[in-house]
Formats: sequence, structure tokens, C-alpha cells
Amino acid sequence: MTTKIKDTQKMIEDVLSVYPEKSKKERAKHLAANDPTGQCSTCQVKANVKSRPGVMTVRGCAYAGAKGVVWGPVKDQITISHGPIGCGQYSWWSRRNYYNGQTGIDAFGTMHITTDFQEKNIVYGGDKGLDLAIKELHGLFPLGRGIGILSECPVGLIGDDIEAVSKRVAKEINIPIVPVRCEGFRGVSQSLGHHIANDTIKDYVLGKGTLEKTTPYDVNLIGDYNIGGDAWASRKILEEMGLRVIAQYTGDSTINELGIASKAKLNLIHCYRSMNYICRTMEENYGIPWMEFNFFGPTKTFDSIRKIAAKFDEKIRKNSEAVIAKYTPLMEKVVAQYRSKLEGKKVMLYVGGLRPRHTIGAYEDLGMEVVASGYEFGHADDYKRTYPELKEGAVIMDDATLYELEEFTRRLKPDMVGSGIKEKYSYHKLGVPFRQMHSWDYSGPYHGFDGFPVFARDMDMTVNSPTWDLIRRKNEKNL
Amino acid sequence: MRQIAIYGKGGIGKSTTTQNLVAALAEAGHKCMIIGCDPKADSTRLILNRKAQNTVMDMAREKGTVEDLELDDVLLRGFKGIKCAESGGPEPGVGCAGRGVITAINFLEENGAYGDDTDFVFYDVLGDVVCGGFAMPIREGKAKEIYIVTSGEMMAMYAANNISRGVLKYAQSGGVRLGGLICNSRETDKEFELISELAAKLGTQMIHFVPRDNEVQRAELRRKTVIEYAPEHKQADEYRTLAKKIADNKNFVVPTPITMDELEKLLMDYGIMEKEEAVA
Repeated sequence: MTTKIKDTQKMIEDVLSVYPEKSKKERAKHLAANDPTGQCSTCQVKANVKSRPGVMTVRGCAYAGAKGVVWGPVKDQITISHGPIGCGQYSWWSRRNYYNGQTGIDAFGTMHITTDFQEKNIVYGGDKGLDLAIKELHGLFPLGRGIGILSECPVGLIGDDIEAVSKRVAKEINIPIVPVRCEGFRGVSQSLGHHIANDTIKDYVLGKGTLEKTTPYDVNLIGDYNIGGDAWASRKILEEMGLRVIAQYTGDSTINELGIASKAKLNLIHCYRSMNYICRTMEENYGIPWMEFNFFGPTKTFDSIRKIAAKFDEKIRKNSEAVIAKYTPLMEKVVAQYRSKLEGKKVMLYVGGLRPRHTIGAYEDLGMEVVASGYEFGHADDYKRTYPELKEGAVIMDDATLYELEEFTRRLKPDMVGSGIKEKYSYHKLGVPFRQMHSWDYSGPYHGFDGFPVFARDMDMTVNSPTWDLIRRKNEKNL
Repeated sequence: MRQIAIYGKGGIGKSTTTQNLVAALAEAGHKCMIIGCDPKADSTRLILNRKAQNTVMDMAREKGTVEDLELDDVLLRGFKGIKCAESGGPEPGVGCAGRGVITAINFLEENGAYGDDTDFVFYDVLGDVVCGGFAMPIREGKAKEIYIVTSGEMMAMYAANNISRGVLKYAQSGGVRLGGLICNSRETDKEFELISELAAKLGTQMIHFVPRDNEVQRAELRRKTVIEYAPEHKQADEYRTLAKKIADNKNFVVPTPITMDELEKLLMDYGIMEKEEAVA
């Protein structure tokens, strides 16, 4: 074991030392010093298990994963939050999943509908109200191409038969109605919600769309939710390479797109965690191969372009080299503009599905170093993909607690922290430069060649903003 | 005011026994109330001489929310001024009947349905304690006395033992106590002795042995208790005796439920169930 790993382990032990014995023992399994070689046996973190009560986890629930992540961005589907008002209200609007279309006419991404359970619906069941809601929605929004029923917790408790309602009403109104059993108490995090949602795409939509003709270059862009326009930036690259994106899963997507995805030649997956399930389904049922790629930062993007091109013919490979040649000077210009201001700056990340590993290369393109990274709801296979990306001795965190995040910040002294809305304000109070890395802090896109200049500008703006120095810190010694 | 909950296996005669018993109490001058905790809403039919039309949950559904409900809408008076309310609830297979019981009881309590002039409140609860909702009458210090209706049939005894376990759970955390077993006779072999023995094993008493009599059914067909339909009949006196025993009862215990093996042994000891060797 190297000194770097030992030092980090010592620091982790020190952070954990304040915990009671049982918590300490359990949390120790979720924190590790990175060993990129995978040789160190104690450097693997435990993941995807129930959070310890009382630790202030920032995880979400199955409903959040199914509605907020997977089904929410499907623009011509009307999504019903089936249950009491709270879940629908607190998840209103969207994760900034941009879409083309007229909201309320042919697109419904930012609209929020709930069956608004009252006591009587709990006692007598919500089936009748659901039936009515679906029919009313279909009347109000005839261009809605599908209706999703996203179950909140009580629906699972009282045993409402949403599948039966869906089947019956779907026959009447002749559009897909998708019952999603994503009750919040299921599973340990939002991760199960992704899986459940993927399975409902398979069961109710996949293979049912219409596509006039196919080409040898048809691909699906999977696991891109078009946050701040990300999917559009990624799609542009793929199209310049000569590929035809027939479906986006699920940023700016339509029910028909989800349906025709089974006709693609290759699945390209960005967010592995939330959508590997549908890729495996298409591989098994339709024989479509899939590959992971990374469109954050020029190094990873160029690398991914070449790897994708290698799956196709000479024409695509040629196109790809032309694309790389075209964008190289532009990307060099961005690096030249920002690198001097960001060189050597340290970054700490604590995010969701793909960013804890996929953004590392983009930071490195700007001369920055990710010194700690972690997932809210990652599984062992996510961490396995992360170890080689990080430097030796970097901190790996699984389901980190607010206390741990703060302590690591105090000790590692990162120049910026990238995490979510729940962490944002505590970092503002600490006076540590912070970037919301779930939905890009109202900015974006960050993907591809359109995204990198925005990414670089935002990171510079975050790290070098004079605002942070104006924050009065309660206990300045600690930072 | 004494709040009493009646539990027992489904179909054992809880509602019939409760209504006859309450009619006898009312006849003796006690002010009584019955709260039916069963979506079937048939706990007050013999007192009201008709099926209660307006249950708490049905009215709440009709008016929109429970908050829109008035006490007068759901609290009816029947034989000898007995106050009657039914929680109501969904058809079988939908919704959550247990939540309906919780909502209904909270509504009645918050709106002062019990009043100061009530001597006895009886909760007639559906079958077994299947979920938290049906334990509502014995939670939070509502009913402090439980009587279990049983018979000499094995499954009725099995249910009685199971219910004792539920009572035990709440007895440890609250003040609820078992007041006794009411044997509603099915004329099985050695029924009196068997239930007396079961009661002893559970640490309680068989408070009364109600003999089987067809007069009960004749009265039921006319939507009446025996007390009202045939006050001179000997069966009416049985219910009067039961009522007096309950009114005078001082024997309240934390039950001591037995294991399945012990229950089977009890049945074998009384020759109800043959020993396995004998069967073989």
C-alpha cells in the first residue's frame, strides 16, 4: 500500500472517529482511498445498501428515480403523480430537461398532474379517480401520445390495481397508458426507480413505434436527459459523424421514439446507472449491442468518437476524424482561455448517476484535479468504472453524509465542490465555491463541443468569483 | 365511561352478541353506544331495526372530506336510545378499510360523539386484528377492556388466542386489559369445559356461556335483538346475565397467549382432536 493511500485512509478514519462504534464500522465500508490499479483490497467501497438512519443522506426515492429521471423528460407523455399532493408538488417542473414543442399542446414536460389523494381515496381506493383523471387528460390534451401513472407510496399500501385501470382505459382511448409501480418505500434509493421505469418502457412501449425505414447508421442516444440541452449537443456530434439518432432516451423524447429504439444498430449509453437495464433488454431481445461513451471535455469526447466510429464502416471513421480535426482548434481555444485560471485547482464531487466519473476528464482538460468523488446511489459496477479514472489516494465516497462532506471539505480544502441542491446552501454558508452538478445550476449544456465552452466558463466563474471572499465565515479557522 | 372492544373470529357472532348485550345494558338503564368497525356496517342493524345507511366514511366520501361531516349525519339513535355509528369503508378488495376505521374513530372522538352521559362505548371490530387500523379501538387508551367472542371450534379458539397476542402487545405499551372470553355456543363437545380451560390458560375467565337458541335468529330476521323481540324468552335472560357480569366485572388481566402446540394439546386433552397415533 502506498503512502498516498495510507494518508487518505488515516484521514477517513479520523473523520469517522466521532461516530458511535456501530455507525463507524458501517460507514467505513462506504469510504475509501482510491487505488486506480484495483490491487488494494480495502479500497473497494460497499454500495447500494440502505442508508444508516440519522446520517442525513441526500438520496431520493424510487418515485424520484422513475418520475424525475426516466419518465419525466418524455415530452409527449402526460405524467400523473398518483397519490397525495406532496410528491407531485415537491417534484414540480423538471430537472431542466429541455424539449422542443408547445407546452400544453403537444408537449407536457413541465406540467404536473396529480390525483391529489384525500382520506376517502385511501379508504375507498383511488382507481375511480385515476380512471377519471386519465379520461379528462386525454380530452384536454388530445396530442398527448401516452399517459404515465407514477405511483406514490400509499398506492402500494392500499393495493390499488393501477395495471387494471391502465389496461381498461388504454383500450378505450387507444394510447399507451403506463402504470409504474415506483412506490417510494421500495429499494434503498432512487436507483430502483430507474430500474422499474426501464422495465415499464420495455413492457409498454418498446417495439411498438413506427419508423418508415432503417439505415445501417441508426443509433440510440441512451441515458441523456437533455439537461440544459445536453442531448442536443451530443446528438449533433453523432450526426456530424454520419450516424442517425433514431431515439433519445429520454431527454426531449417522444413515446414513438422510445418505441422504435428496438430498430437501432447500436445503443450508445451515457448514464450507465439509470439506463443500463434497457440496453441489456434490447441486447437480449433484439440483439442490439451497446457501448458506454463520455462526451464531457475534449479528451474524452475525441476518445469516445473514435471508439464509436470503430463500430461502423470506413465512411463513419473518416467523418469522425474530420469532426475531431474540425473541433480540435476550437477546443484548444477554450482550454487556452481558461486553463491558466484553473490550473491546479482541486475539485470535490458528490453527484448521481454518471458525473462522479464522467466529468473527471473535463476537469483534467482544464488542468483541475478531482480529489474526491462519490455517488448518492451508485452500485459496485459504477465504482469499478470510477477507480481507474481518479488519482491514487483520492477519496471515494458512497452515500456520503452531510457531516462527512463537510469534514472532507475542511481537510482536502477543494477550490470548488460540485454537488446537488441539498448540499448547495450548506456550502454557501461555508463560503466554499459550489456548482450544482445535477442540473448545471441553471446553465448548460455541458455535453459535447457545444457544452465544453459553457462548462469551462462556469467552472472559472465558480472558482474565481470574488463573491466567495465576501461571505462572512462564522469560524474562519476551520477553512 | 367504560370503552369496550369486542373481537373474535369472523362469523362467530360478535355483532349479534354485542347488540343483544348492549340492549340488555340499555334496558337496565345504562347509557350505551356502539361503534361498528367493519366496512360491512352491520354492527348496529338490530339496534336501529335497519341497516345503517350513513356510515362515517360513506358520508365523508359523499361530502368530499371528513372535515365537512356533521356528527348528526352519522350518529343515530336506536333501541332505548342507544347511540349507533358505523365506520363504513370500501367494498372487499379495494382501498384500505383499516384507515377507514382510524379516520372514523378519530372523527367521532374529535366531535364529542361519546358525550359525558355515556356509560358504555362498545367497539364491534371486524374478524381478526389484521392491521393497525383494526387495532385502533385498543390503541391510544381508547378501549381499555377487551372481550373475545369464541366457541368450542378449533379455529375460533385459534383466533381467540391470536387476538390475545394483539392485546398483549398493546397491554404492554398501554392500559388495555382482557376482560374475558364470551362463549357463543356452537354445541361442540365439552364446549363449556374447553373454553373455561382456554380462558384459564390465557389468564382470564369465561365470563359467560351463551347457549345456542334459534330465538336469536328469529329476532335477527326481524332486525331486532332478542331483548326487544322476545323480552320474556329465556335467551333474553342469558344476555341480561352477560350484561350484568360485564357491568360488574373486576377481572381485568394482561393475557398470557399460548403456543399452537399448547392449543392442540388442549384440544386433544378434551378429546376433540384425536391423537396422531390414534389416527394413524
